[in-house]
Amino acid sequence: MKETKFSQMSMEDKIVTFVIYAFLTLITLVILYPIVYVVSASFSEPQAVISGRVKLFPVDFTLRGYEAVFQNGKLINGFLNSIFYVAVSLVLNLTMTMLCAYPLSRKEFTARGWVSLFFVFTMYFSGGMVPSYILVNKLHLLNTRWAMIIPTAMSTYNMIICRTYIMNNIPDDLYEAGQIDGCTPFRYMLQVIVPLSKSILAVLLLYYGVAKWNDYYNAMIYLYKDNLMPLTMVMREILILGEVDMTKVSNADAVAKLQGMSELLKYATIVVASLPVVMLYPAIQKHLVKGVMVGAVKG
Amino acid sequence: MAGNAKQGNNKIKAANWQFWLIIALPMIYAFVFAYIPMGGIIIAFKDYSIRRGIMGSKWVGFKYFQQFLTSTSSVTVIKNTLILGCYNFIASFPIPILLAIGINEVRVVWYKKFVQMITYMPYFISIVVLVGMMMSMMDQRTGIINTLLGLVGIAPINFFGKAEYFRHLYVWSGIWQTAGYSSIIYVAALAGVSQDLQEAAMIDGASRLQRILNVDLPSILPTIVIQLIFNCASVVSIGMDKVFLMQNDLNAGVSEVISTFVYKVGVVNSNFGYSTAAGLFQSLVAFSLLLIVNKTTKKLTETSLF
Repeated sequence: MKETKFSQMSMEDKIVTFVIYAFLTLITLVILYPIVYVVSASFSEPQAVISGRVKLFPVDFTLRGYEAVFQNGKLINGFLNSIFYVAVSLVLNLTMTMLCAYPLSRKEFTARGWVSLFFVFTMYFSGGMVPSYILVNKLHLLNTRWAMIIPTAMSTYNMIICRTYIMNNIPDDLYEAGQIDGCTPFRYMLQVIVPLSKSILAVLLLYYGVAKWNDYYNAMIYLYKDNLMPLTMVMREILILGEVDMTKVSNADAVAKLQGMSELLKYATIVVASLPVVMLYPAIQKHLVKGVMVGAVKG
Repeated sequence: MAGNAKQGNNKIKAANWQFWLIIALPMIYAFVFAYIPMGGIIIAFKDYSIRRGIMGSKWVGFKYFQQFLTSTSSVTVIKNTLILGCYNFIASFPIPILLAIGINEVRVVWYKKFVQMITYMPYFISIVVLVGMMMSMMDQRTGIINTLLGLVGIAPINFFGKAEYFRHLYVWSGIWQTAGYSSIIYVAALAGVSQDLQEAAMIDGASRLQRILNVDLPSILPTIVIQLIFNCASVVSIGMDKVFLMQNDLNAGVSEVISTFVYKVGVVNSNFGYSTAAGLFQSLVAFSLLLIVNKTTKKLTETSLF
C-alpha cells in the first residue's frame, strides 16, 4: 500500500497523525523518565539525590552507591542465591516442559485430550495458599533451597506455548518417517523435537528465568532463614522496609548523611538487581512477539 | 494407515506406552503440587489442627464461609478487593489497545521500534524494584516527584502515608509496568488486518480516523474479546505480590484484599481453616466469572475461550 506523504494529507488526517505521535511520545517519556532517573541517581552524590538536585542527569558523579552495594554481604549473598535458584530451576523447568508438551502434541497419544484437560484445569483452579503451604511443609521442603525450585517445576501456561509451537511448526511427516525407520517416540523427542524447538525453548528460558529472578512470593511463604533468601527478599528489606539503623546517630547532620547514603544504596541496588534482565532484554525483545503469539492460540 | 489397520494399531499401542512414560513425571508433578492442594481445600470445612491431621480434624461445615461473608472486617476486605479489581480492570484494559493502534499508525520505522522497546521494558522489572522505586521517588521530603511538583507550586504530597492514594498508585503503576507488554498482542493482530480492506477504504475516501474505527477496530475485535475473557477474573483475584509490598499501617483500611488476608490469617496466624475458606471463596468467584463472561461473549460475538 502506498502511504500518503504528510504534506499531501487532508487537514483531518494531519491532526489525527499529530495526535497519535504526541500520544506515543508522551507515553514513552512517562515510561522512560523513572528509569533514567534511577540510573542517574545511582551515580550521584547522596546529598544531591535527597535535596532534589538530580533531575535528569547524574550530579557530582560518584560510585559510592555501588561500593556500598558490593560491601553489603546480605545483597551479595542474595545475588548468589538468586543465580543458584534461576540456574537449577531452568534445567528442571525446560526438561519438565518438554516431557509434557511433546506427548500432548502427538495425535498418536490417544489419551491426549483427557491429559490436556488434566493440566489445563490447573491453570484456572488451584487449592490456594494454605493447602500448598501444608503440602510443602509435609514434604519437608519448608525452609530448604528445594522450596524455591520444586513447587514451581513447570508452568502449565508455558507448556501449552511449547506444545502449540511443536504442533504448528514441526511437520507430521517427520514423525511418520521416523516410525518407518523404527525410531521410538522417546528417541524422536531427543533427536528431532528438541533440536527443532530451539527457538521456542529460548523464549521459554527467558520467560522462566525472568519470572524466577523476580519472584519473591515463594521465598516469603516458604523460607525464613536469612542465608537462603533470594535477592528480591533482601531488596524488600532494603527498599521497602527501609532497614537502616538510625538509633546510633545523634545529630541532624549525621542523620541527613545516613539518609542520603541509604537512598543512594537503594538506587544502586535497583540498578544492580535489574542488570541481568536488562542485559538479556535485546534477546528477549526479539522473541517477545513470537512468544506472545504462540501463547495466544487458545487452549 | 487404513490399509494395514492391525499393524497400525499395534504401533499406536506401542507408542502410547512410551508417551505415558514420557509424560509420567509432569503428571506426578501436577498431581502432587496442583491436585493434592485442591483436595486440601477440605480443611476449609474443618477445624484443622496439625496434630490431628486433615482426616482427624473436626468437621465444621460452612462455619468459616459464614464467618468470612458476615464479619465486618472481612466484608471490608471483599469490598476492597472488588473496588481495586474493578478500577484496575477498567483503567488498564483500554490503554494497551490505544497504544497498539498508535504504534500501528507510525510509519517511521526507527521511531516505532524505539516506542516499542521503551514501552515493553518495565514488564521485566521485578515487583519489589517497582514498589521500591515508587517509595523512593515519591518520598514526601526527598522524592523527585515532590521536587518536580514543587517546581509547579504544588505542596509535597505524602503518597504512601495517605490511604486515598493507594488505589491510584496501585493501578497506575501497574499500567506503567504492563501497558506496553499487553499491547504486543494487539500490535500483532493489527499487523494481520487485511490490506485489501484498508485499500478499499482508502479508495472510498475514508480518512485515517475512519479507517481506524471502521476497519482496524472491527478486525481486532476477536482478540479484544479473548483478552477481555482472560482478564475479567482479575476483578476478584487481585494477587498479593504488589499489594503486600505497598501495604502499611496507614493504608491498611483500603489495601487489605482477600489474598493478603489469606496470607495473614493462614500463614502468619496459622488459622488454616478460615484462611482456606477465604481463598476458596475467591477462586470460586473468579472461576465462575470466567465461565459467565466466556458464555456471554460466545453468545454476543461468537468468540470464546472454550
